Amino acid sequence: MQHTIKAVLLGVIVLAAAFATNFARDLSYQVSAIVIILWAGYLFIREIGKIGNAPTPAETGYMDGVVRAGVIATVFWGITGFTVGVWIAFQLAFPVLNLSELTHGYLNFGRLRPLHTSAVIFAFGGNALIATSFYVVQRTSAARLFGGNLAWFVFWGYQLFIVLAALSYVLGASQSREYAEPEWYIDLWLTIVWVAYLMVFAGTIYKRKEPHIYVANWFYLAFIITIAMLHIVNNMAVPVSIFGSKSVSLFSGVQDAMTQWWYGHNAVGFFLTAGFLGMMYYFVPKQANRPVFSYKLSIVHFWALIFLYIWAGPHHLHYTALPDWAQTLGMVMSIILWMPSWGGMINGLMTLSGAWDKLRTDAVLRIMVVSIAFYGMSTFEGPMMAIKAVNSLSHYTDWTIGHVHSGALGWNGMISFGALYFLVPRLWFRKGLYSMKLVNYHFWLATIGIVLYASAMWVSGIMEGLMWREVDAQGFLVNAFSDTVVAKYSLLVIRGVGGLFYLTGALIMAYNLRMTMIGAGDATSKEATTAVPAE
Amino acid sequence: MAKTPAKKEEVGTTGHEWDGIEEYNNPLPRWWLWTTYATIIWGIAYMIAYPAIPLPGGATPGVLGYSSRGEVAADIAAIEEMNAPLVARINELELTEIATDDLVGGEADGFAYNGGKAVFQTFCAQCHGAGAGGFVGYPSLTDDDWLWGGTIEDIHTTISYGIRHETNLDTRISEMPAFGEFLSKEEIADIVEYVGSLSGINEAVATEENEMLFLDNCAACHADDGTGDRFAGAPNLTDFIWLYGDSPETLIETVTYSRAGVMPAWEGRLSESQIRQAAVYIHSLGGGE
Repeated sequence: MQHTIKAVLLGVIVLAAAFATNFARDLSYQVSAIVIILWAGYLFIREIGKIGNAPTPAETGYMDGVVRAGVIATVFWGITGFTVGVWIAFQLAFPVLNLSELTHGYLNFGRLRPLHTSAVIFAFGGNALIATSFYVVQRTSAARLFGGNLAWFVFWGYQLFIVLAALSYVLGASQSREYAEPEWYIDLWLTIVWVAYLMVFAGTIYKRKEPHIYVANWFYLAFIITIAMLHIVNNMAVPVSIFGSKSVSLFSGVQDAMTQWWYGHNAVGFFLTAGFLGMMYYFVPKQANRPVFSYKLSIVHFWALIFLYIWAGPHHLHYTALPDWAQTLGMVMSIILWMPSWGGMINGLMTLSGAWDKLRTDAVLRIMVVSIAFYGMSTFEGPMMAIKAVNSLSHYTDWTIGHVHSGALGWNGMISFGALYFLVPRLWFRKGLYSMKLVNYHFWLATIGIVLYASAMWVSGIMEGLMWREVDAQGFLVNAFSDTVVAKYSLLVIRGVGGLFYLTGALIMAYNLRMTMIGAGDATSKEATTAVPAE
Repeated sequence: MAKTPAKKEEVGTTGHEWDGIEEYNNPLPRWWLWTTYATIIWGIAYMIAYPAIPLPGGATPGVLGYSSRGEVAADIAAIEEMNAPLVARINELELTEIATDDLVGGEADGFAYNGGKAVFQTFCAQCHGAGAGGFVGYPSLTDDDWLWGGTIEDIHTTISYGIRHETNLDTRISEMPAFGEFLSKEEIADIVEYVGSLSGINEAVATEENEMLFLDNCAACHADDGTGDRFAGAPNLTDFIWLYGDSPETLIETVTYSRAGVMPAWEGRLSESQIRQAAVYIHSLGGGE
């Protein structure tokens, strides 16, 4: 019966999407509708085949299939996002790589840039968060995921969101809101998926067998709830037609700018900080095999972080039409946010006290520690850049790009890599990773890549800021904008090379994880440990 | 005296355990707590000093009386006051006198030249290039090939009113017909061949027929000998400078569909003295007449 209902529902979706394909007013919408026909059509045929089958007995134990799928998706989207990132980095240095003649502008910087940011933040980061949160909440609640196959709906629904968003950028549909580019129908779909995610996660916590909720789950839950709120408010818009991509935002002028940066900054705060702190709070103590440094600190810094972050958005709009009082608010809250952010760093690093020697031998732990160090550095740099005097130099320059990437590559990327190296042997029931040597290579390539990237952008950004503001004794600007573009050419090349290092490291990781999954790791570890008697 | 190291006391855990993870009962680190308090106190002080709390009828102004608009306005006012005599001087001089004036003339340290350069780099460089060398469709301002004239008065007029800037009544206007509507492809190819022979960009020898085609269709604006007419903005066709390129395909496209580049009028967007400064700067770039 259940299969019949599902099949009918999917059939209706296929028909509606076919209808939408026919009446589509633009290419992006039409392609989205075709993707939905294919997706729902495939599921429809699968459900038809299941009608009449006896209901399968409910599985027990932890639900790890969806986590395994999430791990693979994380690696896949990570590589995709990094590759596009390296490509657009070189596009900035060598504009001929826009290939405008060949691709008629479909692959120029303007379309690939949101593809890169969405791929790394939402596809790579989002999948890493969903997969690890499903793993962590089951372990720390001692309960199977709530809602049966709802977790699988979250996983595949999220992948559909990613594919629709990526296609729409390349085909030219964007609502031009930074980090929230997808148009209204994709936003609606993500809302449904996200509510399902909240239900799975909160439901699992609700039926937990542990008396208390572990700190990692507070952070994951704060991330899920706040992202839902941010997503809905920021994307409020009226579609021009139900059969077209274009929509008109409900806000205008400085209110619109403020809404965007309220969203934008909290996407950093709750997606890239709170969510990944959840990851840190599980995988670091597990990998180090040490208790968390301070329970009290975790409580105080959690609530301080949650309370303060939501006010910090206006610091993206210093010296604009935004009223001065709102700029003050953004700046003051950002400065006070410094220590609450560092609470996470202290708790992460101090968890290793008494286990520092492990850094010498455990490359995975080293990756995690470097990620916490970058977290500490960027959460110091952020409040500093929120100071109006500093911001007047740094704003609109490459310094911002450097800041974002020391956080994204250093903190989010590295902690995700650490979690992946932790998860794969456990999820695929292997004794260990295929090669620790490769993990070590990955560590060095990624670290050197980030240093190249961030330092090139710092130099370039400060140079740009100084050149833009340079006036002569008579009050005239000294440099043309194009002078700054010429001046930073070599730094743009170094940035691209840094990205290439980082991408290479990630490719090595993908190979290493793949070999671990198929069991090559066990064979190697047998060879390596020759001291162990053969039989 | 070496301080005795703090005693390594083992702090207990909270007693909870999740999947093997425990938590120590360590207190908040002292320095962390005090730095937090310090940032809060600083925040309160900052909010007293600067505009901060929104209330009905406006936000609290802060005891320093700061506003970001006020700060910019003060900077601009100071510069304007300093430069006021120089600006007045530029406006009262004849255009031709500015570059050699004792007060505002001269290159490198001249007020007119420097101001013109700043205007150029901010508003003109996007199309004409930072070095004024131009791009395809955007003329170079460093040579003596001027579409609408290269005296400082001509340059001043062009900057003020623009070219084909429809909303400005004084703008420079001319319209080359799209000859694809009247002439056959063969005739256009013949004209292009003839035009090429004028400047020597091709080896073709002018024949009587294609010369007749040129005289009938093009000479009214570009002159019988092809040297153009600055009054109509009609380019000289006898030199090696080609705004859109000198390949036969490009020239056929030009004749078939015509060209009509637009330059905005800066009157109203820039002050008269800024336009005069820009004219002085551009006039000095090498091609000024």
